[in-house]
Amino acid sequence: MRITLQVWRQDGPQDGGGMRDYVLDDVSEDMSFLEMLDVLNEDLIGRGEEPVAFDSDCREGICGSCGLVINGRAHGPEVTTTCQLHMRSFHDGDVISVEPWRADAFPVIKDLVVDRSAFDRIIQAGGYVSVNTGAAPDAHATPVPKDDADKSFASATCIGCGACVAACPNASGMLFMGAKVTHLGLLPQGQPERDARVVKMVNQHDHEGFGGCTNIGECAAACPKEIPLDVISRLNKDLRTAMRHGH
Amino acid sequence: MSDTLTEAPQAPEAPTQNAGVVHGLYREGEPIADTKAPKVDIKDRWTTRQFEAALVNPANRRKLTVIVVGTGLAGGAACATLGEAGYHVKSFCYQDSPRRAHSIAAQGGINAAKNYKEDGDSVYRLFYDTVKGGDFRSRESNVYRLAEVSANIIDQCVAQGVPFAREYGGLLDNRSFGGVQVSRTFYARGQTGQQLLIGAYQALERQIAAGTVQMYTRHEMLELVLVDGRARGIIARDLVTGEVETHLADAVVLASGGYGNVFFLSTNAMNSNVTATWRAHRKGAMFSNPCYTQIHPTCIPVSGDHQSKLTLMSESLRNDGRIWVPKRREDCEKDPRDIPEEDRDYYLERIYPSFGNLVPRDIASRQAKNVCDEGRGVGPKVGDFARGVYLDFSDALARMSTEAVAEKYGNLFDMYQRITGESPYEVPMRIYPAVHYTMGGLWVDYDLQSNIPGLFVAGEANFSDHGANRLGASALMQGLADGYFVLPNTIRDYLAHGPYPKVEETHDEVVAARTAVEERVQKLLSVNGERSVDSFHKELGHIMWEYCGMERSEEGLLKAIDLIRSLKDEFWRNVRVLGSGATLNQSLEKAGRVADFLELGELMCIDALHRRESCGGHFRTESQTEDGEALRDDQEFAYVAAWEWGGEDGIPTLHKEDLVFDYVHLKQRSYK
Repeated sequence: MRITLQVWRQDGPQDGGGMRDYVLDDVSEDMSFLEMLDVLNEDLIGRGEEPVAFDSDCREGICGSCGLVINGRAHGPEVTTTCQLHMRSFHDGDVISVEPWRADAFPVIKDLVVDRSAFDRIIQAGGYVSVNTGAAPDAHATPVPKDDADKSFASATCIGCGACVAACPNASGMLFMGAKVTHLGLLPQGQPERDARVVKMVNQHDHEGFGGCTNIGECAAACPKEIPLDVISRLNKDLRTAMRHGH
Repeated sequence: MSDTLTEAPQAPEAPTQNAGVVHGLYREGEPIADTKAPKVDIKDRWTTRQFEAALVNPANRRKLTVIVVGTGLAGGAACATLGEAGYHVKSFCYQDSPRRAHSIAAQGGINAAKNYKEDGDSVYRLFYDTVKGGDFRSRESNVYRLAEVSANIIDQCVAQGVPFAREYGGLLDNRSFGGVQVSRTFYARGQTGQQLLIGAYQALERQIAAGTVQMYTRHEMLELVLVDGRARGIIARDLVTGEVETHLADAVVLASGGYGNVFFLSTNAMNSNVTATWRAHRKGAMFSNPCYTQIHPTCIPVSGDHQSKLTLMSESLRNDGRIWVPKRREDCEKDPRDIPEEDRDYYLERIYPSFGNLVPRDIASRQAKNVCDEGRGVGPKVGDFARGVYLDFSDALARMSTEAVAEKYGNLFDMYQRITGESPYEVPMRIYPAVHYTMGGLWVDYDLQSNIPGLFVAGEANFSDHGANRLGASALMQGLADGYFVLPNTIRDYLAHGPYPKVEETHDEVVAARTAVEERVQKLLSVNGERSVDSFHKELGHIMWEYCGMERSEEGLLKAIDLIRSLKDEFWRNVRVLGSGATLNQSLEKAGRVADFLELGELMCIDALHRRESCGGHFRTESQTEDGEALRDDQEFAYVAAWEWGGEDGIPTLHKEDLVFDYVHLKQRSYK
């Protein structure tokens, strides 16, 4: 396949960036999108031009490192991670634009690489159960209804890629945060800190510069792990309850 | 350099210097041994060691700094636990967040001797299975402890909120895994690694918020700092600004994972590398059993030269899928559905009638390679041969209904279809073995301390617990055992024997380490040659897979050593790294890693060459039974091979640690 790429190039956080065009003639439909960028980079190095910087690591759709806005959509046309998107989703002669996540809370480091450490700071604010190592009771001491465990698991599948933020017109991180609040809030182990957790996480989220949620739903539509929109409802409910409890 | 290879064995000059030199490639040194495991009954060793290890007063802990490199299950858990204990911890990872460490990709599960199913499991049985599964090349004391603390791991993770699979009564579910006859594997769908890692990551983030752990993301360790023979810090490069930084501490923990990416194509994350442990090896830490690589039989085959990585399909597929290739070469390019039953060779069922498609990983992998080498492989050709075999679900679909198959394997079938564009419901899947895990790593004693005082090594980065082959669901167990329960207890003994003299950044040895890193970075940037880093990495990967992969021979390994030396020589003359060292520069990162892989690759081949026996996934053509099965040689090789760096122009020295089996009797494995 012949593919024309319009790629966002930006030397550093302080530099202005812009789109640059590249043409690739021998793209195989078996390539993943990132392997296609690898081929582009080999080509650029051969020509003495610096390769395009982008994040990727496991390339199995689970580490959450990769993330590109492809033709205006987070992770591209399929509901999956960028590493699991294959060129068979495109056609010979296509022109494809490739940009980094765009959000104030995710500053660009270089080309397609952004800084997502704001997500870590939201977790630091309360996205955990406070239990020291070695102090745990036997795992069977606290039964958990299977249904709760399954629902909790479904939220815990969030990989922290940031597509929800990139897809949201407000650049809100509510789906990410809702997934964590739901994961821990559905388990007995997460109850003691449930009120404090949601309040601290929401405060940190706002402090980092993410926008508010206006229920547009683009986040859930773009999420490669298909985290449902109702985790945000649960987050809002937990927040109201916490405030009623005087937090 | 290649000349010494052929000449040295025939014409040893200066016998005093070359005494004990083998093949001109290495020499033998003094034997070594672990002296830390208490000499009491195996059941009491860990309790005794914990009691004997000295304590550090809580008020003194905050004055002590520990550096931990890597934030996977071992590193993340160690940071969290050491932070909780009150030490000052500095945590380093090359990713943008500690949550992305490659432990996250583990699918299957985690073993623990809980005996919740009352099916006869016990600490002793898990210990026994692990020693036997590792083909008797691991250390009994360490393995027993691993089995012993396994039960605590599950308790700890559940308390953190890890959503393990549960039964309707609300209790945890278990399954059997990897051919084991008891149900001791805890799991969270196909994402056990992710869920356990997120548990450790959350515990780590909690300590970052509490101020006990200082986190350095997008940082890579490029050198170990030794002062007066002790590990006292690291030199790291900030991958965003390019700044080379000095970090000093009272002890250093390496939990930086395995080195399977030496093969270029593997199931490892793209950036997984050997640099942290290799830099420590060059500073004197012994590297053990580097040639022990686990090859996983059920990966999606390579589709072309562009391929960057291999994806594992869960081994559970072998429970219902039947593996075959055409009997005749001329049928290989036909649509598999047009090949009648009588023209198919279900080779595992034919050769191993009692285990069939469920033979262990090493055997399934080797037989797949054999049939492809015979020219009966299927799928796209890579080089001269098609490298793939069918994993066929048509019998299962007929027997169980499409819905039942989808219920059991649907997510795996979807993943396969996404990658290959083919539906396993309609066409048989194609699979091929791929490099998955490395059992070798830095040598450690029972305390997980390397031979360098103050340098501890945990998880896949050390060599200790899996021998020549790792059982499924044991990697996660070892990572968390080391990080949560072992290291925090053993490192305190080392720290309690201090305080060690304070080191300044201006100390000669610190400055020298830092200068060496800066010079190396500059050297890589200034070669200014013609070839990209990836092209060298791919070529090294081909050599390693061909000659030091599933099957090895003396002739092949000698050839590989020769090829690697020429490639290394060309690398330093002809690599092209563009850009500067003062910004994010991914080519520069890769270049440093590939330079280390080239040196490691050579040592792996030397280790494979000297071990003239077949064990685990390591099949030596010179050591096989009459019917072509792997033949272990316990008389000659029941030891750990610990290699000492021989200097830039020298040769490595082999130190042997004899393995003593007091509890599990040595037995040949058989699956016929």
